[in-house]
Amino acid sequence: MVEGDIQLAPDGRLRHCLTTEGMGGERITEILDLAESFAGVNDKTIKKVPLLRGHTVVNLFFESSTRTRSTFELAAKRLSADVLNIDVQRSATSKGESLLDTIANLQAMQCDLFVMRHPESGASHLVARHVDDDVHVINAGDGLHAHPTQALLDVFTMRRHKPDLSERSVAIVGDLRHSRVARSEIHALRALGVGEIRAIAPRTLLPVDLEALGVRVYEDIDAGLADVDIVVMLRLQRERMEHALLPSSSEYFAGWGLTPERLARARPDAIVMHPGPTNRGVEIDSRVADGPQSVILEQVTNGIAIRMAVMALVTGTAPQREGR
Amino acid sequence: MSTDAATVEGWLDRMARDITDALGPERQDLLIVGIHSGGVRVAQALHERLSPKEPLGSLDISFYRDDFSRIGLHPRVRRSELPFTLDDRTVLLVDDVLYSGRTVRAALNELFDYGRPARVLLAALVERAGHELPIRADFSGTRLDLEPGQQVRLNHEDLGLGLRDTRTGEMLDG
Repeated sequence: MVEGDIQLAPDGRLRHCLTTEGMGGERITEILDLAESFAGVNDKTIKKVPLLRGHTVVNLFFESSTRTRSTFELAAKRLSADVLNIDVQRSATSKGESLLDTIANLQAMQCDLFVMRHPESGASHLVARHVDDDVHVINAGDGLHAHPTQALLDVFTMRRHKPDLSERSVAIVGDLRHSRVARSEIHALRALGVGEIRAIAPRTLLPVDLEALGVRVYEDIDAGLADVDIVVMLRLQRERMEHALLPSSSEYFAGWGLTPERLARARPDAIVMHPGPTNRGVEIDSRVADGPQSVILEQVTNGIAIRMAVMALVTGTAPQREGR
Repeated sequence: MSTDAATVEGWLDRMARDITDALGPERQDLLIVGIHSGGVRVAQALHERLSPKEPLGSLDISFYRDDFSRIGLHPRVRRSELPFTLDDRTVLLVDDVLYSGRTVRAALNELFDYGRPARVLLAALVERAGHELPIRADFSGTRLDLEPGQQVRLNHEDLGLGLRDTRTGEMLDG
């Protein structure tokens, strides 16, 4: 069975959103188109639609997050859902309750949708396999595995700037080895038939399976950035240096940081993206992060529309429940 | 039953006259808003005839439907476009067929999330018997009484009307 199959309801609709792997270009395009319509909600005086009125969304974050959690919360609220944010540091799980017990208790409170971030790869799949038929799971990042809504909002942002994605080349720069964003993004970009995907990183931060995914690998950033249309910077986590994969943040910046001089090697109308939070002076120069080619804040805005689209799609597949 | 385009154009001419008679010079300031997808086609036809100052608006009411929990979301939702401010204006809401009234209920809810119009009028090319809500058209092209399984379809190219059986999908003629 393809890993992605658990995402689908028996009628083929998207029931959970766990990974972009195996999602297919048609379904991804459908989500992006729907997100365009949800982006229109921001044009209204009242930035809300009644779609998920009476539904309860639980933000269950076992890892800290500001941007992802707040955009999921805003997306749910703009869909008129009730939102419960669970702070795991203070919850029963830190008292030894198992993940599935936590989920069972929340289901007993008639929660309809779990948005889950967890440090272990596969945690949201585990939950998706155990929830009731009318409960949905959205993966907001699991270990080193996947972060599908980030990948979707990234390709949404790319498509808005470069509608002819099949003619474009994308360079992903940085710690691809530990990046669930990069993994989900590569699957989404391949499904959409993007012209070329490049990975730029020191050897210690490159996963082994990249070439099998059709990605061209560069250790030299100047060569890798030549004539690309889209540059995706990844966050460098400081613990990587503690584990001796890298010498120091200043040496990393000297070798792989995105400076205006390096960006000049890309096409003049290239866009620069970053999933955040940015480490200025480590992977990206402030002049680039705040420069005219940066679309980093647009990504944040687009995240709300994408998350509204995904929440509405999965919730709409619930079998009819009494009294609804 | 099928109705040719010339007949439908005739209905539209009459609706435009009725609207002009009802509004007088205020017709110039009218905001015309069509409901996707058939309503937008009819709204275009009325907009051409009435030529008000503001461009045509459109609403996709998918996010306001009352059957989301039953049937989910149609993935092909279009973005609503209201290229004007609604506050204190007269809005002509347009649909192709007024039947249960649920679409118009949803459209009114969406409209009021954009602003507070002074007045909303409703125009429907076909007003079909079977209302489920206290909503009636102010202007309509024709009235029809059909079997529950039948559906009126507007041809978007030439504005002809056809009748379809929703159980078999067959077009009914004669």
